[in-house]
Amino acid sequence: MLYRLLVMVCILLVVTAPAAAQDATITLVTHDSFNVSEDVLQQFQDETGITVEILRAGDAGVLVNQSILTKDNPLGDVLFGIDNTFLGRALAADVFAPYESPLLADVPDEFKLDPENRVTPIDFGDVCLNYDVAYFDETALPLPESLADLTKPEYKGLLAVQNPATSSPGLAFLLASIANFGDEGDYTYLDFWSDLVANDVYISDDWTDAYFAQFSGSSGSMGTRPLVVSYASSPPVEVYFMETPPDTAPTGSIVADMTCFRQIEFAGVLAGARNPEGAQQFIDFMLSEAFQEDMPLQMFVFPVNPAAELPEVFAQYAAVAENPAVLDADLIDAKREEWIQAWSETVLR
Amino acid sequence: MDTGVVRNRPALIGAAWLRHGLLLVPLLFLLVFFFYPLLAVFAVSLWPDGQLDLSGFARIVTSDYYRETLWFTFWQAAVSTALTLALALPAAYVFVRFRFPGKSLWLALATLPFVLPTIVVASAFSALVGPRGLLNTLLMSLFALPAPPIQLDRTLAIILIVHVFYNVAVALRLIAGFWAHQNPRIEEAARVLGAHGWRLWWYVRLPLLRPAILAAAALVFIFTFTSFGVVVVLGGPRFATLEVEVYRQAVNLFNLPVAAALSLVQIVLMIAMLVVYTRLQKSIRLDFSAAVTVTQPPRTLSERLLVGATLTVMSIFLFLPLAALVMTSITVGETGLTLSYYAGLTSNPRGSVLFVPPIQAIGNSLVFALVTTVLAVGFGLLSAYLLVNERSRLVRWLDPLFMLPLAVSAVTLGFGFLVALDEPPLNLRSSALLIPLAHTLVAMPFVIRSVLPALRSIPPNVREAAQVLGASPAVVWWRVDLPLISRGVLVGAIFAFTVSMGEFGASLFVARPDTPTIPIAIFRLLGQPGAVNYGQALAMSVILLAVSALGFLLIERLRTYGVGEF
Repeated sequence: MLYRLLVMVCILLVVTAPAAAQDATITLVTHDSFNVSEDVLQQFQDETGITVEILRAGDAGVLVNQSILTKDNPLGDVLFGIDNTFLGRALAADVFAPYESPLLADVPDEFKLDPENRVTPIDFGDVCLNYDVAYFDETALPLPESLADLTKPEYKGLLAVQNPATSSPGLAFLLASIANFGDEGDYTYLDFWSDLVANDVYISDDWTDAYFAQFSGSSGSMGTRPLVVSYASSPPVEVYFMETPPDTAPTGSIVADMTCFRQIEFAGVLAGARNPEGAQQFIDFMLSEAFQEDMPLQMFVFPVNPAAELPEVFAQYAAVAENPAVLDADLIDAKREEWIQAWSETVLR
Repeated sequence: MDTGVVRNRPALIGAAWLRHGLLLVPLLFLLVFFFYPLLAVFAVSLWPDGQLDLSGFARIVTSDYYRETLWFTFWQAAVSTALTLALALPAAYVFVRFRFPGKSLWLALATLPFVLPTIVVASAFSALVGPRGLLNTLLMSLFALPAPPIQLDRTLAIILIVHVFYNVAVALRLIAGFWAHQNPRIEEAARVLGAHGWRLWWYVRLPLLRPAILAAAALVFIFTFTSFGVVVVLGGPRFATLEVEVYRQAVNLFNLPVAAALSLVQIVLMIAMLVVYTRLQKSIRLDFSAAVTVTQPPRTLSERLLVGATLTVMSIFLFLPLAALVMTSITVGETGLTLSYYAGLTSNPRGSVLFVPPIQAIGNSLVFALVTTVLAVGFGLLSAYLLVNERSRLVRWLDPLFMLPLAVSAVTLGFGFLVALDEPPLNLRSSALLIPLAHTLVAMPFVIRSVLPALRSIPPNVREAAQVLGASPAVVWWRVDLPLISRGVLVGAIFAFTVSMGEFGASLFVARPDTPTIPIAIFRLLGQPGAVNYGQALAMSVILLAVSALGFLLIERLRTYGVGEF
């Protein structure tokens, strides 16, 4: 039995050793939320003759860390899923090789955060407050119109947010609060958070707990809080995934000025890629209308290509923030740890 | 383990060398797939640009926060371990001594919590004891209470309860497996000599069971010491163990020096505790004999009460949350029953590449679990033979090393794989094989801990007698060793299978081709809004439970030696 075991292990080692890289293959390194329709991806493979292999690497934070740790010997050819809250770190580590896609010309400048085009914007999503429509109808309570409103007594005990140290929307909401109140002066973001704590804010470690377990608006939820930090795309998705389509959406998102934080997701050709040309073709494909129109219902994000049309459920139920809170990517990278540390000490201890 | 008889036969010297060589195989496995990646990631973290960076240690030493985290990590693990043993010991007694209907099913059910992802357990507990859960709704309507009487959310109590929920089967199986092999004549003799009640427990049973109790305590302690999901999801952000802090520093802050320093502190503490454990684990030569433990139906009233009470407590602690989970997976809205979540799992209306057909997830999970079980049992058995010679000084140091994979956080090891296994011949970092290899590292200690106490108790004269009668070493092993350790091997195999079915930390931190397992499918469903996704995630969890339960029952069937039914 033991011999057989050893033989088996050896066979497994040999069989699974990766085959020599072929020009007709690219490896896409991405996070667990990456998604695309099978036929859209197949169309790319048919047109270019390139086979796409997908490697998944946990969440966006894990993905960035992995790409930095393996920058001398990258895991693949093209990476998708790095957002503006992690961008500075990846750029500083020289993970990407520059590539300017011809399709980039159509993309609005607000999405292009790297002048050297080491990364290409693909999609964006606004992290916004979501509310339970039924609760606000029944109580006739007006919706909060600014972050400062959340500290008022009428919203006491109504809000669930995520820990910015462990959750990507949580970090986005913290950044929104910093963009609103700044980190120095008479009333800083930390004062705002102290007031939120005094107003009985609920802090979850991840989005899943906040949305499914604490938020009262998600269908079938046991939650008790009618306000939650989520995405502007959550209400259409909530409708899309209901057993029977409702007359009106059960949840809505608040997109008042400076209350949302915009996350932009990027793709880039990895420095040291075995098939850089194939990787560049894949980036062109991600900016194409076929992929951009497929994204909303696959990844629940908005296209950066203005020519892409939104699916009906998005057109009907999704709101886009006109004036989201903005912070510079380099500033985020420089102060992220300090801000999170200060937040943890103010809110958790 | 070798005896003089073998060495005196020249023809067998080659075989003896071969056997010694085989014993080193698990050590080699550990070196390549554990210590090498670990050292590589520490090197990258602590020597970032060719310069030693000890700033992480400085921050840990000077910070009150880390001292408090360390203290909390330690004492919550100690309390969880004590509570788990307090529940498992009487249960083990009932399972070893009495025969009652559906016994193996009860045991399989008790092991099930071990495979569930924490987020699913959290859902189960919130459906049961949450503010709007089953129990609170019931109590509020019964006694007309204005507010939910049970308030467990984000308390230390819920962390401890869920730790017991997860780990009680580990202790129960280890202790019962060992107990079933013991010669009941020792206890009969004690009874004849007048030991009854607490004296029988204190002076006879507990000392006899010490090796198994210590082994169980060590495993449960390590598990709860390195608890991650339970603390994060159920305890909320105000509670943190060292493991949680390692994750936050490594993934969210990318502060590798601090993460590595915390990881090292955790490893050193674990080694220290394991050395103490190995010292305590001095073997007692027990009179082991096969097929002597006789079970009987509970006869007297007190025996019936004991069996009834044990099964009731187990039901409340273990099965009510599982039942709540099953109920939620077939409920839509407030009351409507539906199987649509199960049906929905098989369709892919969006035509997406992320879609996981349940059959594929089940298939992947089973393949990984089988490879893990075979590797872990093979390597675990060999390691146990390497460790059985406890007079050797070397062994005293090797034993804790084999337990270490349990003490290292998944993110540290995952990053280590990336950094270390990136060149031929070990270019495995993006291979699907890495998943069962990582699972094997975690599963091996279970096999070792469940086999070793039995192996140490085999009287040498039994083997010698067999050899004198002309049995070859292989025959001795087959006819003497295996029957005596088979129960331990079985327990180890079941846990190896379970670890692999439910584990997904390691799967999450290695880059992997698209080979989604059941836990990963659950995780993906829970990452999207919408009632359908939530319902399907719970349906998938119930499938995980069902597949695992079938697995346990099948593994139990493999037992060909009729050694001590329990």
